[in-house]
Amino acid sequence: MSLRHLLGGEATGEVLVLDEPMSMWGGLDPETGALIDRRHPQSGALLTGRILVMPSGRGSSSSSSVLAEAIRVGTAPAAIVLAEPDDIILLGALVARELYAITCPVVVADAETYQGLRSGEQVAITAEGLARV
Amino acid sequence: MPALTDRDRSLAAGEMGPAPALAMRIILAMAEAAEAPRLIDVTGAHIDSCLYHGDAGLDFAERLAAGGGRVVVPTTLNVSTLDLLHPHLFRGDDRLRDRGHRLMTAYVQMGGTPTWTCAPYQSAVRPGLGEHVAWAESNAIVFVNSVLGARTNRYGDFIDICAALTGRVPDAGLHRDENRRARVVFQLSGVAEEVLRSEIVFPVVGHLVGRRTGTLVPAIVGLPADASEDALKALGAAAASSGGVAMFHAVGRTPEAPTLEQALGGHPADRAIAVDTEMLAAARAELSTRTDGPLAAISVGTPHFSVAEFRTLAGLVAGRTIDPEVEFYVNTSREVLAEAAAEGLVTPLRTAGIEIVTDTCTYITPIMRNRSGVVMTNSGKMAYYAPGNLGVDVAFGSLAECVESGVTGRIAIDSGAWR
Repeated sequence: MSLRHLLGGEATGEVLVLDEPMSMWGGLDPETGALIDRRHPQSGALLTGRILVMPSGRGSSSSSSVLAEAIRVGTAPAAIVLAEPDDIILLGALVARELYAITCPVVVADAETYQGLRSGEQVAITAEGLARV
Repeated sequence: MPALTDRDRSLAAGEMGPAPALAMRIILAMAEAAEAPRLIDVTGAHIDSCLYHGDAGLDFAERLAAGGGRVVVPTTLNVSTLDLLHPHLFRGDDRLRDRGHRLMTAYVQMGGTPTWTCAPYQSAVRPGLGEHVAWAESNAIVFVNSVLGARTNRYGDFIDICAALTGRVPDAGLHRDENRRARVVFQLSGVAEEVLRSEIVFPVVGHLVGRRTGTLVPAIVGLPADASEDALKALGAAAASSGGVAMFHAVGRTPEAPTLEQALGGHPADRAIAVDTEMLAAARAELSTRTDGPLAAISVGTPHFSVAEFRTLAGLVAGRTIDPEVEFYVNTSREVLAEAAAEGLVTPLRTAGIEIVTDTCTYITPIMRNRSGVVMTNSGKMAYYAPGNLGVDVAFGSLAECVESGVTGRIAIDSGAWR
Protein backbone atom coordinates (compact mmCIF):
# COMPACT_ATOMS: atom_id res chain seq x y z
CA MET A 1 0.00 0.00 0.00
CA SER A 2 1.32 3.37 -0.94
CA LEU A 3 1.89 6.10 1.63
CA ARG A 4 3.66 9.41 1.41
CA HIS A 5 5.23 10.37 4.72
CA LEU A 6 4.90 14.09 5.37
CA LEU A 7 6.34 13.45 8.83
CA GLY A 8 7.96 10.03 9.10
CA GLY A 9 7.70 7.72 12.09
CA GLU A 10 6.07 4.56 13.30
CA ALA A 11 2.72 4.09 14.99
CA THR A 12 0.24 1.30 15.70
CA GLY A 13 -3.36 1.71 16.72
CA GLU A 14 -7.05 1.34 16.04
CA VAL A 15 -8.29 3.11 12.94
CA LEU A 16 -10.90 5.86 13.28
CA VAL A 17 -12.17 7.01 9.88
CA LEU A 18 -13.84 10.41 10.00
CA ASP A 19 -16.65 10.88 7.50
CA GLU A 20 -15.90 14.60 7.30
CA PRO A 21 -12.72 16.65 7.83
CA MET A 22 -12.28 18.16 11.28
CA SER A 23 -10.61 21.29 12.54
CA MET A 24 -8.33 20.46 15.48
CA TRP A 25 -9.10 23.89 16.87
CA GLY A 26 -12.69 23.83 18.04
CA GLY A 27 -12.70 20.11 17.23
CA LEU A 28 -10.14 18.41 19.46
CA ASP A 29 -10.08 18.97 23.21
CA PRO A 30 -6.40 18.55 24.12
CA GLU A 31 -7.33 17.84 27.74
CA THR A 32 -9.47 14.82 26.95
CA GLY A 33 -8.58 13.85 23.39
CA ALA A 34 -12.27 13.95 22.43
CA LEU A 35 -13.79 15.32 19.22
CA ILE A 36 -15.84 18.22 20.57
CA ASP A 37 -17.19 19.82 17.36
CA ARG A 38 -20.92 19.35 17.95
CA ARG A 39 -21.62 19.74 14.25
CA HIS A 40 -19.31 16.87 13.32
CA PRO A 41 -21.15 13.59 12.64
CA GLN A 42 -18.70 11.74 14.93
CA SER A 43 -18.82 14.32 17.73
CA GLY A 44 -17.79 12.74 21.02
CA ALA A 45 -15.39 10.19 19.53
CA LEU A 46 -12.09 9.70 21.39
CA LEU A 47 -9.07 10.41 19.18
CA THR A 48 -6.31 9.54 21.67
CA GLY A 49 -4.04 6.75 20.43
CA ARG A 50 -6.10 6.23 17.29
CA ILE A 51 -4.86 6.11 13.72
CA LEU A 52 -6.95 9.11 12.70
CA VAL A 53 -8.06 8.90 9.07
CA MET A 54 -9.69 11.93 7.46
CA PRO A 55 -9.90 13.37 3.96
CA SER A 56 -8.21 16.71 4.78
CA GLY A 57 -7.82 19.35 7.44
CA ARG A 58 -10.37 22.08 7.83
CA GLY A 59 -10.93 25.46 9.37
CA SER A 60 -8.87 27.51 11.73
CA SER A 61 -5.13 27.95 11.45
CA SER A 62 -4.93 27.59 15.25
CA SER A 63 -5.23 23.86 14.65
CA SER A 64 -1.44 23.44 14.59
CA SER A 65 -1.17 24.68 18.19
CA VAL A 66 -4.00 22.48 19.39
CA LEU A 67 -2.46 19.38 17.80
CA ALA A 68 0.99 20.20 19.22
CA GLU A 69 -0.53 20.66 22.67
CA ALA A 70 -2.42 17.35 22.42
CA ILE A 71 0.83 15.62 21.42
CA ARG A 72 2.62 17.26 24.37
CA VAL A 73 0.07 16.08 26.93
CA GLY A 74 -0.43 12.64 25.36
CA THR A 75 -4.03 12.93 24.17
CA ALA A 76 -3.27 13.12 20.42
CA PRO A 77 -3.93 10.47 17.80
CA ALA A 78 -1.07 7.96 17.34
CA ALA A 79 -0.83 8.97 13.68
CA ILE A 80 -2.84 10.92 11.13
CA VAL A 81 -3.67 9.56 7.68
CA LEU A 82 -4.94 12.05 5.10
CA ALA A 83 -6.18 11.82 1.54
CA GLU A 84 -4.34 15.04 0.64
CA PRO A 85 -1.43 16.92 2.25
CA ASP A 86 -2.35 19.40 4.98
CA ASP A 87 0.18 22.00 6.13
CA ILE A 88 -1.63 22.92 9.31
CA ILE A 89 -1.71 19.37 10.63
CA LEU A 90 1.87 18.73 9.55
CA LEU A 91 3.09 21.84 11.37
CA GLY A 92 1.51 20.85 14.66
CA ALA A 93 3.19 17.45 14.50
CA LEU A 94 6.50 18.92 13.31
CA VAL A 95 6.76 21.47 16.13
CA ALA A 96 5.82 18.88 18.76
CA ARG A 97 8.68 16.71 17.51
CA GLU A 98 11.12 19.65 17.61
CA LEU A 99 10.09 20.66 21.14
CA TYR A 100 9.36 17.34 22.85
CA ALA A 101 10.89 14.64 20.64
CA ILE A 102 7.47 12.92 20.39
CA THR A 103 6.46 11.87 16.87
CA CYS A 104 2.89 11.70 15.59
CA PRO A 105 3.44 10.54 11.99
CA VAL A 106 1.46 12.38 9.31
CA VAL A 107 0.99 10.49 6.05
CA VAL A 108 -0.95 10.85 2.82
CA ALA A 109 -2.51 7.64 1.52
CA ASP A 110 -3.32 6.97 -2.13
CA ALA A 111 -7.02 6.70 -2.97
CA GLU A 112 -7.10 2.90 -2.88
CA THR A 113 -5.36 2.65 0.51
CA TYR A 114 -7.46 5.43 1.93
CA GLN A 115 -10.75 3.91 0.86
CA GLY A 116 -9.74 0.50 2.18
CA LEU A 117 -9.32 1.75 5.77
CA ARG A 118 -12.12 0.80 8.17
CA SER A 119 -12.82 2.09 11.66
CA GLY A 120 -12.00 -0.48 14.33
CA GLU A 121 -9.21 -2.33 12.53
CA GLN A 122 -5.67 -2.32 13.93
CA VAL A 123 -3.00 -0.99 11.62
CA ALA A 124 0.69 -0.20 11.81
CA ILE A 125 2.37 2.67 10.02
CA THR A 126 6.05 2.12 9.28
CA ALA A 127 8.67 3.52 6.93
CA GLU A 128 7.57 0.85 4.43
CA GLY A 129 3.89 1.76 4.49
CA LEU A 130 0.71 0.70 6.18
CA ALA A 131 -0.07 -2.83 7.34
CA ARG A 132 -2.98 -4.48 9.11
CA VAL A 133 -1.95 -6.14 12.36
CA MET B 1 14.72 19.37 -1.89
CA PRO B 2 14.02 23.00 -2.85
CA ALA B 3 16.75 25.15 -4.44
CA LEU B 4 18.24 27.37 -1.72
CA THR B 5 20.10 30.67 -1.72
CA ASP B 6 23.31 31.24 0.24
CA ARG B 7 21.31 33.15 2.81
CA ASP B 8 18.81 30.28 3.18
CA ARG B 9 21.68 27.88 3.78
CA SER B 10 23.36 30.22 6.24
CA LEU B 11 20.12 30.60 8.20
CA ALA B 12 19.57 26.84 8.25
CA ALA B 13 23.15 26.23 9.39
CA GLY B 14 22.58 28.42 12.43
CA GLU B 15 25.03 31.14 11.36
CA MET B 16 22.46 33.79 12.32
CA GLY B 17 21.55 32.19 15.62
CA PRO B 18 19.46 29.32 16.96
CA ALA B 19 16.01 30.93 16.46
CA PRO B 20 16.31 31.59 12.70
CA ALA B 21 17.86 28.12 12.36
CA LEU B 22 14.85 26.45 14.00
CA ALA B 23 12.54 28.63 11.89
CA MET B 24 14.35 27.69 8.67
CA ARG B 25 14.29 23.95 9.60
CA ILE B 26 10.51 24.15 9.82
CA ILE B 27 10.18 26.16 6.59
CA LEU B 28 12.33 23.58 4.79
CA ALA B 29 10.32 20.63 6.13
CA MET B 30 7.15 22.33 4.89
CA ALA B 31 8.77 23.08 1.52
CA GLU B 32 9.72 19.42 1.12
CA ALA B 33 6.23 18.21 2.05
CA ALA B 34 4.78 20.62 -0.52
CA GLU B 35 7.42 19.61 -3.10
CA ALA B 36 8.20 23.33 -3.54
CA PRO B 37 10.93 24.06 -6.11
CA ARG B 38 12.33 26.99 -4.09
CA LEU B 39 11.67 29.45 -1.31
CA ILE B 40 10.38 32.97 -2.04
CA ASP B 41 10.50 36.30 -0.19
CA VAL B 42 7.49 37.69 1.65
CA THR B 43 6.91 41.40 2.35
CA GLY B 44 5.02 40.91 5.61
CA ALA B 45 3.59 38.42 8.05
CA HIS B 46 0.49 38.09 10.22
CA ILE B 47 0.95 35.91 13.28
CA ASP B 48 -1.81 33.69 14.66
CA SER B 49 0.45 31.84 17.12
CA CYS B 50 0.07 34.58 19.75
CA LEU B 51 -3.24 33.12 21.03
CA TYR B 52 -2.66 30.72 23.91
CA HIS B 53 -3.84 27.15 23.22
CA GLY B 54 -1.61 25.36 25.69
CA ASP B 55 2.01 25.25 26.74
CA ALA B 56 3.23 23.84 23.43
CA GLY B 57 2.70 27.20 21.73
CA LEU B 58 4.24 29.07 24.65
CA ASP B 59 7.27 26.74 24.73
CA PHE B 60 7.78 27.36 21.01
CA ALA B 61 7.53 31.16 21.25
CA GLU B 62 9.77 31.41 24.29
CA ARG B 63 12.36 29.14 22.68
CA LEU B 64 12.43 31.39 19.59
CA ALA B 65 12.53 34.61 21.64
CA ALA B 66 15.29 33.24 23.88
CA GLY B 67 17.19 32.13 20.78
CA GLY B 68 17.42 35.70 19.49
CA GLY B 69 14.38 35.56 17.21
CA ARG B 70 13.62 38.91 15.58
CA VAL B 71 11.21 39.53 12.70
CA VAL B 72 12.81 40.64 9.42
CA VAL B 73 9.57 41.84 7.73
CA PRO B 74 6.70 44.02 9.06
CA THR B 75 4.63 41.68 11.22
CA THR B 76 1.15 42.14 12.70
CA LEU B 77 -0.23 40.11 15.60
CA ASN B 78 -3.59 38.32 15.67
CA VAL B 79 -6.14 38.30 18.49
CA SER B 80 -4.78 36.93 21.71
CA THR B 81 -6.03 35.70 25.07
CA LEU B 82 -6.38 39.01 26.92
CA ASP B 83 -8.03 42.35 26.29
CA LEU B 84 -5.15 44.57 27.38
CA LEU B 85 -7.25 47.75 27.03
CA HIS B 86 -10.17 46.36 29.05
CA PRO B 87 -8.53 43.83 31.40
CA HIS B 88 -11.57 43.68 33.71
CA LEU B 89 -13.48 41.78 31.00
CA PHE B 90 -11.28 38.70 31.33
CA ARG B 91 -12.97 35.96 33.39
CA GLY B 92 -10.37 33.20 33.04
CA ASP B 93 -8.16 32.00 35.86
CA ASP B 94 -4.78 33.40 36.90
CA ARG B 95 -2.89 30.63 35.14
CA LEU B 96 -4.50 31.42 31.78
CA ARG B 97 -3.96 35.14 32.35
CA ASP B 98 -0.29 34.55 33.12
CA ARG B 99 0.29 32.18 30.18
CA GLY B 100 -1.59 34.45 27.77
CA HIS B 101 0.41 37.44 28.90
CA ARG B 102 3.73 35.61 28.56
CA LEU B 103 2.84 34.54 25.03
CA MET B 104 1.84 38.06 23.98
CA THR B 105 5.07 39.41 25.50
CA ALA B 106 7.21 36.89 23.59
CA TYR B 107 5.74 37.91 20.22
CA VAL B 108 6.14 41.63 20.93
CA GLN B 109 9.71 40.93 22.08
CA MET B 110 10.38 39.31 18.68
CA GLY B 111 9.27 42.53 16.96
CA GLY B 112 5.59 41.89 16.24
CA THR B 113 3.41 45.02 16.14
CA PRO B 114 0.79 44.73 18.90
CA THR B 115 -2.22 45.07 16.59
CA TRP B 116 -4.04 42.13 18.27
CA THR B 117 -6.60 41.79 15.51
CA CYS B 118 -7.91 39.00 13.29
CA ALA B 119 -8.69 41.61 10.61
CA PRO B 120 -5.28 43.15 9.78
CA TYR B 121 -6.75 43.98 6.35
CA GLN B 122 -8.78 46.73 8.06
CA SER B 123 -5.57 48.65 8.80
CA ALA B 124 -4.44 51.63 6.76
CA VAL B 125 -1.46 49.74 5.33
CA ARG B 126 -2.26 46.47 3.63
CA PRO B 127 -0.74 44.27 0.93
CA GLY B 128 -1.60 44.87 -2.72
CA LEU B 129 -2.41 42.75 -5.76
CA GLY B 130 0.21 40.08 -6.43
CA GLU B 131 2.27 40.80 -3.31
CA HIS B 132 3.53 37.73 -1.44
CA VAL B 133 2.87 37.65 2.32
CA ALA B 134 2.77 35.01 5.05
CA TRP B 135 -0.55 35.34 6.83
CA ALA B 136 -2.10 33.00 9.30
CA GLU B 137 -5.67 33.12 10.73
CA SER B 138 -8.17 31.52 8.40
CA ASN B 139 -10.40 34.58 7.84
CA ALA B 140 -7.40 36.85 7.19
CA ILE B 141 -5.95 34.32 4.73
CA VAL B 142 -9.15 34.09 2.71
CA PHE B 143 -9.60 37.88 2.71
CA VAL B 144 -6.07 38.76 1.64
CA ASN B 145 -6.10 36.20 -1.18
CA SER B 146 -9.65 36.81 -2.40
CA VAL B 147 -10.42 40.48 -1.81
CA LEU B 148 -6.96 42.10 -1.95
CA GLY B 149 -5.41 39.67 -4.45
CA ALA B 150 -2.22 39.46 -2.40
CA ARG B 151 -0.84 35.95 -2.06
CA THR B 152 -0.54 33.82 1.02
CA ASN B 153 -0.73 30.12 1.43
CA ARG B 154 -3.00 28.65 4.11
CA TYR B 155 -0.49 29.17 6.92
CA GLY B 156 -1.14 28.06 10.43
CA ASP B 157 0.37 28.62 13.80
CA PHE B 158 4.16 28.25 14.01
CA ILE B 159 5.05 28.66 10.33
CA ASP B 160 3.77 32.26 10.53
CA ILE B 161 6.52 33.29 12.94
CA CYS B 162 9.06 31.13 11.08
CA ALA B 163 8.28 33.14 7.93
CA ALA B 164 8.52 36.43 9.85
CA LEU B 165 11.92 35.47 11.33
CA THR B 166 13.38 34.40 7.96
CA GLY B 167 11.35 36.42 5.41
CA ARG B 168 11.02 33.19 3.40
CA VAL B 169 8.23 30.73 2.53
CA PRO B 170 7.94 27.70 0.24
CA ASP B 171 6.95 28.59 -3.32
CA ALA B 172 3.80 26.48 -3.13
CA GLY B 173 0.05 26.52 -2.83
CA LEU B 174 -1.63 29.86 -3.32
CA HIS B 175 1.65 31.67 -4.00
CA ARG B 176 1.54 30.01 -7.44
CA ASP B 177 -0.75 31.06 -10.32
CA GLU B 178 -1.94 27.56 -11.16
CA ASN B 179 -3.35 26.98 -7.68
CA ARG B 180 -5.35 30.21 -7.56
CA ARG B 181 -7.79 29.37 -10.31
CA ALA B 182 -11.31 28.30 -9.37
CA ARG B 183 -12.18 24.59 -9.46
CA VAL B 184 -15.77 24.66 -8.27
CA VAL B 185 -18.42 27.09 -9.51
CA PHE B 186 -21.38 28.11 -7.38
CA GLN B 187 -24.09 29.68 -9.50
CA LEU B 188 -26.58 31.64 -7.41
CA SER B 189 -29.16 31.32 -10.16
CA GLY B 190 -32.22 30.19 -8.25
CA VAL B 191 -31.97 32.58 -5.33
CA ALA B 192 -34.78 35.01 -4.58
CA GLU B 193 -33.79 38.66 -5.05
CA GLU B 194 -34.87 39.53 -1.50
CA VAL B 195 -32.52 36.87 -0.12
CA LEU B 196 -29.64 38.04 -2.35
CA ARG B 197 -30.12 41.58 -1.10
CA SER B 198 -30.11 40.58 2.58
CA GLU B 199 -27.06 41.24 4.73
CA ILE B 200 -26.84 37.66 6.00
CA VAL B 201 -26.73 36.10 2.55
CA PHE B 202 -22.93 36.52 2.65
CA PRO B 203 -22.14 34.43 5.74
CA VAL B 204 -24.83 31.94 4.65
CA VAL B 205 -23.30 31.56 1.17
CA GLY B 206 -19.90 31.27 2.84
CA HIS B 207 -21.13 28.51 5.13
CA LEU B 208 -22.61 26.60 2.17
CA VAL B 209 -19.51 27.09 0.01
CA GLY B 210 -17.21 25.90 2.80
CA ARG B 211 -19.34 22.81 3.33
CA ARG B 212 -19.34 21.92 -0.37
CA THR B 213 -15.79 22.78 -1.47
CA GLY B 214 -13.49 21.62 1.28
CA THR B 215 -10.09 23.06 0.39
CA LEU B 216 -10.70 23.79 -3.30
CA VAL B 217 -10.90 27.33 -4.68
CA PRO B 218 -14.53 28.23 -5.46
CA ALA B 219 -15.91 30.85 -7.83
CA ILE B 220 -19.26 32.33 -6.87
CA VAL B 221 -21.41 33.76 -9.64
CA GLY B 222 -24.36 36.01 -8.89
CA LEU B 223 -23.27 37.93 -5.81
CA PRO B 224 -24.08 41.65 -5.93
CA ALA B 225 -21.24 43.47 -7.74
CA ASP B 226 -21.32 46.18 -5.08
CA ALA B 227 -20.74 43.73 -2.21
CA SER B 228 -18.88 45.59 0.55
CA GLU B 229 -15.59 44.46 2.05
CA ASP B 230 -17.47 43.69 5.25
CA ALA B 231 -19.84 41.42 3.32
CA LEU B 232 -16.93 39.58 1.69
CA LYS B 233 -15.19 39.38 5.07
CA ALA B 234 -18.27 37.63 6.49
CA LEU B 235 -18.49 35.27 3.52
CA GLY B 236 -14.80 34.31 3.68
CA ALA B 237 -14.78 33.82 7.45
CA ALA B 238 -17.77 31.48 7.26
CA ALA B 239 -16.29 29.52 4.32
CA ALA B 240 -12.99 29.14 6.19
CA SER B 241 -14.85 27.80 9.22
CA SER B 242 -17.22 25.26 7.67
CA GLY B 243 -14.55 24.30 5.12
CA GLY B 244 -10.86 24.82 4.45
CA VAL B 245 -11.43 27.62 1.95
CA ALA B 246 -8.33 29.84 1.66
CA MET B 247 -9.45 31.76 -1.42
CA PHE B 248 -12.66 32.41 -3.33
CA HIS B 249 -13.54 34.36 -6.43
CA ALA B 250 -16.66 36.53 -6.38
CA VAL B 251 -17.09 36.92 -10.13
CA GLY B 252 -17.39 40.58 -11.10
CA ARG B 253 -16.22 41.73 -7.67
CA THR B 254 -12.83 40.29 -6.61
CA PRO B 255 -9.63 41.31 -8.44
CA GLU B 256 -8.70 37.98 -10.03
CA ALA B 257 -12.24 37.30 -11.27
CA PRO B 258 -13.47 40.03 -13.64
CA THR B 259 -15.19 37.18 -15.52
CA LEU B 260 -15.91 33.51 -14.76
CA GLU B 261 -13.48 32.48 -17.53
CA GLN B 262 -10.67 34.45 -15.87
CA ALA B 263 -11.54 33.02 -12.46
CA LEU B 264 -11.25 29.54 -13.97
CA GLY B 265 -7.94 30.41 -15.61
CA GLY B 266 -9.23 29.25 -18.99
CA HIS B 267 -9.95 25.70 -17.73
CA PRO B 268 -13.31 24.01 -17.34
CA ALA B 269 -14.68 23.76 -13.78
CA ASP B 270 -14.30 20.43 -11.99
CA ARG B 271 -17.79 20.87 -10.57
CA ALA B 272 -20.66 23.32 -10.92
CA ILE B 273 -23.30 23.70 -8.23
CA ALA B 274 -26.56 25.54 -8.86
CA VAL B 275 -27.65 27.24 -5.64
CA ASP B 276 -31.29 28.04 -4.94
CA THR B 277 -33.15 29.67 -2.07
CA GLU B 278 -33.93 26.31 -0.51
CA MET B 279 -30.25 25.36 -0.25
CA LEU B 280 -29.41 28.71 1.30
CA ALA B 281 -32.32 28.38 3.73
CA ALA B 282 -30.92 25.01 4.83
CA ALA B 283 -27.42 26.49 5.25
CA ARG B 284 -28.87 29.36 7.24
CA ALA B 285 -30.75 26.97 9.50
CA GLU B 286 -27.51 25.04 10.13
CA LEU B 287 -25.95 28.14 11.64
CA SER B 288 -28.41 28.17 14.55
CA THR B 289 -28.56 25.44 17.14
CA ARG B 290 -31.59 27.08 18.78
CA THR B 291 -33.78 30.08 17.91
CA ASP B 292 -35.97 30.17 20.99
CA GLY B 293 -35.40 30.16 24.72
CA PRO B 294 -33.69 32.67 27.00
CA LEU B 295 -31.28 35.11 25.34
CA ALA B 296 -28.06 35.31 27.39
CA ALA B 297 -25.77 37.33 25.17
CA ILE B 298 -25.21 38.84 21.77
CA SER B 299 -21.79 38.97 20.16
CA VAL B 300 -20.84 40.68 16.91
CA GLY B 301 -17.48 41.46 15.35
CA THR B 302 -16.17 38.00 14.46
CA PRO B 303 -14.05 38.84 12.50
CA HIS B 304 -13.34 42.19 14.17
CA PHE B 305 -15.81 45.01 13.53
CA SER B 306 -14.87 47.66 10.97
CA VAL B 307 -15.55 51.39 11.24
CA ALA B 308 -18.35 50.98 8.66
CA GLU B 309 -19.96 48.31 10.86
CA PHE B 310 -19.72 50.65 13.86
CA ARG B 311 -21.61 53.26 11.83
CA THR B 312 -24.34 50.75 10.94
CA LEU B 313 -24.64 49.56 14.53
CA ALA B 314 -24.84 53.12 15.85
CA GLY B 315 -27.67 53.80 13.38
CA LEU B 316 -29.55 50.67 14.48
CA VAL B 317 -29.22 51.36 18.20
CA ALA B 318 -30.21 55.02 17.77
CA GLY B 319 -30.76 56.01 21.38
CA ARG B 320 -32.35 52.76 22.52
CA THR B 321 -31.03 50.69 25.45
CA ILE B 322 -30.01 47.04 25.53
CA ASP B 323 -32.02 44.95 28.02
CA PRO B 324 -29.83 44.81 31.17
CA GLU B 325 -30.38 41.03 31.35
CA VAL B 326 -28.63 40.62 27.98
CA GLU B 327 -24.86 41.00 27.49
CA PHE B 328 -24.05 42.68 24.16
CA TYR B 329 -20.45 42.54 22.90
CA VAL B 330 -18.72 44.14 19.94
CA ASN B 331 -15.30 42.68 19.14
CA THR B 332 -12.89 44.97 17.34
CA SER B 333 -9.27 46.08 17.07
CA ARG B 334 -7.77 48.91 19.09
CA GLU B 335 -7.01 50.74 15.82
CA VAL B 336 -10.63 50.56 14.58
CA LEU B 337 -11.92 51.44 18.06
CA ALA B 338 -9.82 54.61 18.07
CA GLU B 339 -11.16 55.59 14.63
CA ALA B 340 -14.77 54.85 15.62
CA ALA B 341 -14.33 56.80 18.86
CA ALA B 342 -12.95 59.77 16.90
CA GLU B 343 -16.18 59.71 14.87
CA GLY B 344 -18.19 59.80 18.11
CA LEU B 345 -19.65 56.33 17.51
CA VAL B 346 -18.47 54.60 20.65
CA THR B 347 -19.82 56.55 23.62
CA PRO B 348 -23.50 56.24 22.56
CA LEU B 349 -23.04 52.47 22.16
CA ARG B 350 -21.52 52.16 25.62
CA THR B 351 -24.33 54.28 27.05
CA ALA B 352 -26.80 51.88 25.44
CA GLY B 353 -25.21 49.03 27.38
CA ILE B 354 -22.88 47.61 24.71
CA GLU B 355 -19.50 46.31 25.83
CA ILE B 356 -16.54 46.82 23.46
CA VAL B 357 -13.91 44.09 23.43
CA THR B 358 -10.49 44.64 21.83
CA ASP B 359 -7.33 42.55 21.34
CA THR B 360 -9.28 39.30 21.63
CA CYS B 361 -12.72 37.86 20.85
CA THR B 362 -15.61 36.53 22.92
CA TYR B 363 -15.50 33.07 21.37
CA ILE B 364 -11.82 32.34 22.13
CA THR B 365 -11.36 33.57 25.68
CA PRO B 366 -13.57 33.63 28.81
CA ILE B 367 -15.45 36.95 28.72
CA MET B 368 -19.18 36.15 28.67
CA ARG B 369 -20.67 36.10 32.16
CA ASN B 370 -23.85 34.16 31.46
CA ARG B 371 -23.55 30.98 29.42
CA SER B 372 -26.83 29.43 30.50
CA GLY B 373 -28.90 30.86 27.65
CA VAL B 374 -28.65 31.27 23.91
CA VAL B 375 -25.90 33.42 22.37
CA MET B 376 -26.95 35.38 19.30
CA THR B 377 -24.60 36.52 16.53
CA ASN B 378 -24.55 37.75 12.94
CA SER B 379 -21.27 35.92 12.30
CA GLY B 380 -21.16 32.59 10.49
CA LYS B 381 -17.78 31.94 12.06
CA MET B 382 -18.91 32.64 15.61
CA ALA B 383 -22.06 30.58 14.99
CA TYR B 384 -19.92 27.72 13.76
CA TYR B 385 -17.43 27.61 16.60
CA ALA B 386 -19.28 28.89 19.70
CA PRO B 387 -21.20 25.66 20.45
CA GLY B 388 -17.92 23.70 20.65
CA ASN B 389 -15.74 26.38 22.20
CA LEU B 390 -18.17 27.88 24.70
CA GLY B 391 -20.66 25.04 25.10
CA VAL B 392 -23.57 27.36 24.29
CA ASP B 393 -26.50 27.30 21.92
CA VAL B 394 -26.29 29.82 19.09
CA ALA B 395 -28.95 31.78 17.22
CA PHE B 396 -27.85 33.30 13.92
CA GLY B 397 -29.45 36.51 12.62
CA SER B 398 -28.69 39.84 10.97
CA LEU B 399 -27.09 42.76 12.79
CA ALA B 400 -30.50 44.48 12.87
CA GLU B 401 -32.05 41.35 14.40
CA CYS B 402 -29.23 41.20 16.97
CA VAL B 403 -29.97 44.80 18.01
CA GLU B 404 -33.74 44.21 18.08
CA SER B 405 -33.25 41.10 20.20
CA GLY B 406 -30.89 42.97 22.51
CA VAL B 407 -33.36 45.80 23.04
CA THR B 408 -36.37 43.54 23.65
CA GLY B 409 -34.47 40.81 25.50
CA ARG B 410 -35.99 38.11 23.27
CA ILE B 411 -34.61 36.39 20.19
CA ALA B 412 -36.23 38.08 17.19
CA ILE B 413 -35.39 36.45 13.86
CA ASP B 414 -37.49 36.94 10.73
CA SER B 415 -37.33 34.01 8.30
CA GLY B 416 -39.84 35.52 5.86
CA ALA B 417 -37.85 35.73 2.62
CA TRP B 418 -35.99 32.47 3.27
CA ARG B 419 -38.97 30.13 3.08
